[in-house]
Amino acid sequence: MAEKKIKIIVAKPGLDGHDRGAKLLSRIFAEAGMEVVYTGLRQTPEMIVEAALQEDADVVGLSSLSGVHNYFFPKVVELLKAKKLANVLVVGGGIIPLEDIPELKKAGIAEIFGPGTSTEVIVDFIRSNVKAK
Amino acid sequence: MIMDYVAEILQGSPLAVSRVITWLENEDERARVLMKEIYSHTGNAYLLGITGSPGTGKSTLTDGVTWQFRNKGQTVGIVAVDPSSPFTGGALLGDRIRMTRHSEDPGVFMRSMATRGYLGGLAQFTRGAVKVLDASGKNYVIIETVGVGQDEVDVMRVADTTCVVLVPGLGDVIQSMKAGIMEIADIYVINKYDQPGADQLYSEVQFRVNQDASIKDRAWVPPVIRTVAVEGKGEDDLIEAIAAHRTYLEQSGKLLEKRRERTREETLQMIHHELFRIIRARLAENSRIESMVEKIMDHELSPYNVVEEVVGEWLPPAK
Amino acid sequence: MFDVKELEKIKAGKKKWSEGTLAKTLSKAPEKKAKTTWSGIPVETLYTPAENAGLDYESKLGYPGEYPYTRGVQPNMFRGRFWTMRQYAGFGSAKETNARYRYLLGQGQTGLSVAFHLPTQAGYDSDHPLSMGEVGKVGAAIDHIGDMRILFDQIPLDKVTTSMTVNAAATALLGMYLSVAEEQGAKYDQLGGTIQNDVLKEIICRGQYIYPPKPTMRLTVDLIEFCQKYVPRWNSISISGYHIRESGSTAAQEMAFTIADGIAYAEACAARGIPVDSFAPRLSFFFNAFTDVLEEVAKFRAARRVWAKIMKDRFKAKDPRSMMLRYHVQTGGVTLTAQQPLNNIVRVALQTFATALGGHQSLHTNSYDEALCLPTQGAVTVALRTQQIIAEESGACVTVDPLAGSYYIEYLTDKIEAEIEDYIKKIDAMGGTLTAIEQGYIQKEIQNSAYLFQKSIDSGERAYVGVNKYTMEEPPVTDLLRVDMKVGEEKAKELKEWRAKRDNAAWKKSLDKLREVSKTDTNVMPTVIEAVKAGATVGEVCDVWRDVFGQYRPKEFIS
Repeated sequence: MAEKKIKIIVAKPGLDGHDRGAKLLSRIFAEAGMEVVYTGLRQTPEMIVEAALQEDADVVGLSSLSGVHNYFFPKVVELLKAKKLANVLVVGGGIIPLEDIPELKKAGIAEIFGPGTSTEVIVDFIRSNVKAK
Repeated sequence: MIMDYVAEILQGSPLAVSRVITWLENEDERARVLMKEIYSHTGNAYLLGITGSPGTGKSTLTDGVTWQFRNKGQTVGIVAVDPSSPFTGGALLGDRIRMTRHSEDPGVFMRSMATRGYLGGLAQFTRGAVKVLDASGKNYVIIETVGVGQDEVDVMRVADTTCVVLVPGLGDVIQSMKAGIMEIADIYVINKYDQPGADQLYSEVQFRVNQDASIKDRAWVPPVIRTVAVEGKGEDDLIEAIAAHRTYLEQSGKLLEKRRERTREETLQMIHHELFRIIRARLAENSRIESMVEKIMDHELSPYNVVEEVVGEWLPPAK
Repeated sequence: MFDVKELEKIKAGKKKWSEGTLAKTLSKAPEKKAKTTWSGIPVETLYTPAENAGLDYESKLGYPGEYPYTRGVQPNMFRGRFWTMRQYAGFGSAKETNARYRYLLGQGQTGLSVAFHLPTQAGYDSDHPLSMGEVGKVGAAIDHIGDMRILFDQIPLDKVTTSMTVNAAATALLGMYLSVAEEQGAKYDQLGGTIQNDVLKEIICRGQYIYPPKPTMRLTVDLIEFCQKYVPRWNSISISGYHIRESGSTAAQEMAFTIADGIAYAEACAARGIPVDSFAPRLSFFFNAFTDVLEEVAKFRAARRVWAKIMKDRFKAKDPRSMMLRYHVQTGGVTLTAQQPLNNIVRVALQTFATALGGHQSLHTNSYDEALCLPTQGAVTVALRTQQIIAEESGACVTVDPLAGSYYIEYLTDKIEAEIEDYIKKIDAMGGTLTAIEQGYIQKEIQNSAYLFQKSIDSGERAYVGVNKYTMEEPPVTDLLRVDMKVGEEKAKELKEWRAKRDNAAWKKSLDKLREVSKTDTNVMPTVIEAVKAGATVGEVCDVWRDVFGQYRPKEFIS
């Protein structure tokens, strides 16, 4: 059997156009040996989940800087479950107040990475939390 | 459990299709069992290949062609192949971005995949993925690859109609036209036709095609289609050319001939890979291969003797 | 600037010092690493006249208010009056934002700067499916002229100047603004302000695009042409490097790519047949300011010189105002850290100081809590006070271009100028800015710089206080400003009423007319104004063009 690769969808939900972090991390994930599908801007939760489904992703990484995380992130988790993709690891990043994190985790987002997080920390987290298919 | 997957694929379940393609990617044993079951349900989709160097606008063209097929009520499966990094093993799969407008259309299934380092060759994996999409009921399956190397040429042999995309300004036309591309191109697409140098490129390609056609006396002369994919210009012409090639193949009996040739090639390759896989595994037991290598290095044995010995253990000598 | 003999002497002296005094110190305690500016330009231990050998005072520096404007665009800069202090603000409903504006004006702010929420910027109404969750989040929810009336309620538009950050949908929003000003009794020619209207950088890095490059450029030029004729005091475009820097470029790239965009707009205006000296004086710019004070100062000086040369030599401008690089600055949002947020006050102060030393026209200072949330009122006040302290107390404003003549500053100015000119040459060779964007060249250059920067932080090669050095455990910050999700529901309800009560026949007629005009070469602005007066919403106006022009399908380049 060939070596398994971690496949990750990097997505920008909503209308926010700040994609520096999303693009940077896409490159860092690829350098860490992952297969990265970057979806681009203006993604609805439905589009992100459809991408996760068709790509059979292990991980969905969401980036938001416009303050819409409380709406979008849980919605993505909910739709993943509805599509029988509960095993997909969902992580998020961007401008997200620390006090929002407990609620987001309760909604099923595995981890939230705020500004200034070392990219190694993010890569390590994904590697050790990705679930078997 | 595998039979459940078979049933779901035949019903077109995207979840099952997606998971089985992953098994194929991972060269997972389950894929083989499943492929045996679905094979009899393949052969209905028309297979379209689109290839070209990076930056030629392939994914935008794929998006446009998909849009046109969908407007005609046809369903579409897409396998988009991007290179893995030889250093890190990772890959950036960027083709999905251009396909945003199909992302919630149940009539389109798109899968990005990396070239990785398949033991069985990239082509074998691609064939598997195409068959799964075919069995799931897609009318068209598009295979999109980057580049013009031997690997890509092999992948393109999977397609019934192959489009080679060129753009002005990349300066690799002559080069790529020498490198086996001429053999596989059924249609040339000059994309970004609004850019400087496009007319020159068009006449250059047209000239080479005519030259080639006259030498080989081919019944199908590859048309040269001009497009501006970002603006959707020339999409109609491309769709027409694809339909014309398909009609040509079907009416001349070449489609069957092509598929027969492909089946032969594919079967031989699969046998080759399977034998290789088995023998390699057995030679790895007790580090037998290592001791052979040592003996060859010490000139105790020649590699020629080793080949005879190893193959002879499992197969009668060829007549 | 220096006598040849004198220079020889200094060169010899520096050599002696370097091999003697300096070497002796280094042999005992070597320097840690290669030193660079924040953007990565290598920096030597010491600068002397020897590194300024090519510096001809009259031609390269000259005098403020005179070509090549290296030292500033006004003769006496801040000795006459300070820059315009303009805090970008907007959130929630038009009503809430109006209250914030009136508060800021009361605190001594001298100009307004409107933040629109993302749906307005992307040309969608608040009740569009893509607006879900976004209504009122990063700016005010403005859908129609009624919202615009509330936004400027009790603010006399003939007295304040207003900046509006909107690009692909700029024509619609300017149409509403002009109409509201007219209702207040103001004449078009009394109105001063700026509209961003810079669609190219949306495609490069900011993401609020709507239409493909060609038609979106046409709308940009329509607006510029209209203002040149009827709203003469209005800056009809603000060519923005701010977002280029935010997405990871170096200081030199920020200036180079913004100037490249500027060239593209100037060419488009010239192609429309507008004489250069009619449009160029109203081209304004918008830059970032980071914390490396000296690099930022050099960057501003270099860009002024390059732009002046381009306008004079390439575009044959005659009017001095055409050659002046006038710009707004915002301190670097991306430099702010979520860790130890109070440290950001210091960063913003240094960035403000750099901006003042660099010689700008207007400034927004970020609030220290912006890496956490939308700025709270208290934080906004500190940010405004920072500007006032630098203006009134720092001494940066008592003379013009105070750092000129520093060997290091002049060296760095030349160095950045050369880098900008090198990029412009490369982009010209590719066939111009639009081609460079189309091929992803500019995007990839920026991403590559962002990547290198991140690597230097991850490896610890570059210290970032509170992020990878001097870190500490801290409790989460509370009392953040939040926008209620209810704003979206209320706005959707309000829109429904708006659509029900307007004169349907007049509304439909105006949009039909807009559609027809858009298919011709006629300037759309007058028709847009008719449409918004008839009650057309931002989304409806933009939808007409989505039909006529199609939508931009982004190309993303990840290098």
